[in-house]
Amino acid sequence: MIAQPKTVQHPESGASSPLSVRDLTVVYREKPALWDVDLEVPAGQLCAIVGPNGAGKSTLIKAVLGLVPVASGQVRFFGQSLEQARKRIGYVPQRGSVDWDFPTSALDVVMMGLYGRLGWFRRPGRLEREAALRCLEQVSMSEFAERQISQLSGGQQQRVFLARALAQNADLYFMDEPFAGVDAVTEEAILHVLHQLKGQGKTVVVVHHDLQTVRDYFDHLTLLNVQVIASGPMDETFTPENLKRTYGERMRWEA
Amino acid sequence: MSDLLLIFTDYTLRNVALGSAMLGVVGGVLGVFAVLRRQSLLGDVLAHAALPGICLAFILTGAKAPLILLVGGGLAGWLAAWLVLAVLRHSRLPEDSALGVMLSSFFGFGVALLTFIQHSNNASQAGLDQYIFGQAATIVASDVLNFTVLGGLALLTVGLFYKEFKLLAFDPAYAHSLGLPVRGLNTLLTSLTVLAVMVGLQTVGVVLMAAMLIAPAAAARQWTDRLGAMIGLSALFGALAGVSGALISATRENLPTGPLVVLSMSAILLVSLFFAPLRGLVWDWARTRQHRRRVYLERLLLDAHVLHAHGTLTPQSLAERRREPVAVALQNLEALRSLGWVQEHPQGFILTPTGEQKAHELEQAMRVLLHRVEGSS
Ligand SMILES: Nc1ncnc2c1ncn2[C@@H]1O[C@H](COP(=O)(O)OP(=O)(O)OP(=O)(O)O)[C@@H](O)[C@H]1O
Ligand SMILES: [Mg+2]
Repeated sequence: MIAQPKTVQHPESGASSPLSVRDLTVVYREKPALWDVDLEVPAGQLCAIVGPNGAGKSTLIKAVLGLVPVASGQVRFFGQSLEQARKRIGYVPQRGSVDWDFPTSALDVVMMGLYGRLGWFRRPGRLEREAALRCLEQVSMSEFAERQISQLSGGQQQRVFLARALAQNADLYFMDEPFAGVDAVTEEAILHVLHQLKGQGKTVVVVHHDLQTVRDYFDHLTLLNVQVIASGPMDETFTPENLKRTYGERMRWEA
Repeated sequence: MSDLLLIFTDYTLRNVALGSAMLGVVGGVLGVFAVLRRQSLLGDVLAHAALPGICLAFILTGAKAPLILLVGGGLAGWLAAWLVLAVLRHSRLPEDSALGVMLSSFFGFGVALLTFIQHSNNASQAGLDQYIFGQAATIVASDVLNFTVLGGLALLTVGLFYKEFKLLAFDPAYAHSLGLPVRGLNTLLTSLTVLAVMVGLQTVGVVLMAAMLIAPAAAARQWTDRLGAMIGLSALFGALAGVSGALISATRENLPTGPLVVLSMSAILLVSLFFAPLRGLVWDWARTRQHRRRVYLERLLLDAHVLHAHGTLTPQSLAERRREPVAVALQNLEALRSLGWVQEHPQGFILTPTGEQKAHELEQAMRVLLHRVEGSS
């Protein structure tokens, strides 16, 4: 492979975008999961990442957050490195990534969102409890605060994860399929939170699966299938042409 | 009762009991994290891997001082854990295979070294094999002091890093995303487990040590849904098992302490599995039975209600409707009557006002349920 000379014209000056990804490549075994991904996420918008199963959507989020090793590439947050910007970034993992039989309550899980800010050796106290309760309130889950987390429904667990990220009070959020397997009530609650975040000028990057709703819920769209197929404002990007290139010819869809 | 008093008067027994209790507490606390992180087998590897370390420490230094041997054992356990991680990172071996292979390799090597030491003409070799199954009777006051320092260090560290360890156990990826040094915390937690193993080597030995990590935590989990309470209970159960084991072995000549400690712990685990109110099998079984019985009676009431509406609630009509023998129908009516839902009547039976009320509520609830199922499909 020939190393391309990198033109360093990074938007260090001016208003840096919340997330800017250059030439990101991730390889798990032999086959690349992400290949040369370039991405600029606009500030203050709700951004969807869409693509078929195995397209590398989760991998993209994990890679920019430093959770999986990266073969090459550069990631900047607000013009800063991950370490510098860490406190401005919130993360909502896929619900299935943890064991919900863990001996802890919903409120406890939400308080975990504050651990980064608490720092070493300090235990969460009354202030943290109250902050966490407010976050549970935002996702309409206050009444379940003391409930053991295995006794929550899937949608309620998803909302607890969302509340935990809200507790981080970040400027940029990554959410991995928050709408997966939830009912209408939870979907409504999550959507409400997304709009609140947008109203506060925050940027949210969401992995989404439902092509029926993506246009209504989001402002910005990135179509991903190992490579970035298209990325831009929803109206320009959500085209039959682009979808076909992302999902393959056989994909049927309704306009 | 006089046996209990022995703890305060008998010097040897006091040391044995203190040593075993210390093991119970430290193993109990660290075991909680091992169990929650699904790393029970790693504890077993750490313990078994200590044997070659103990032997090598003896060969290299010629010393029989327990502390030196324990440090050797601890280092070997730590090396084994590190090797397991390296193997997992660089090969496609499944985790349980890597753990199993490492356990057998280290233990096999340890047994070989032990045999080598016993065959060499070294007068002071006697006693190394006590580390296989433990020999609590050899615990003296200085050992108890060692255990207290090692264990105290481990417990203090868990206290300091409690919230980090909790997050690490629940959601390591999220911990990483918050910027916590997940690998460092992992290493720290494993090292603390090594300390716990060192506390237990003299009492229960390398083979039985894993039980003192896993069983107290597993038992404690049955009683609570809170991590803090689980850790406290686990420590308590471990200590209880330690002291009981020491006492029982003291009352019978020649009963080994280590195995009795582990047996006591198993007894506590068994009781917890069956009788703990939250998850215990007995309550679970009772609850299920009760629930089934309730649903059965409610169905029965609804049947009776239909017949009652036609004015023909008799044992015969109930038997026909439910396709059951008349004798069973009689029993069923008797059950409904003892609940105050039906009463006798010249033409057979009728529903009481309470019964009618209850039947209406049930029908209402059923309608809501059916409506919701239809609505969501
Ligand atoms: N830990 C891993 N080790 C090896 N390969 C992996 C690992 N995680 C993901 N992969 C592979 O990388 C590719 C991308 O996976 P990823 O989970 O990012 O897809 P995704 O777009 O999130 O899919 P989904 O819609 O199913 O969630 C897949 O082919 C997957 O098999
Ligand atoms: Mg995914």
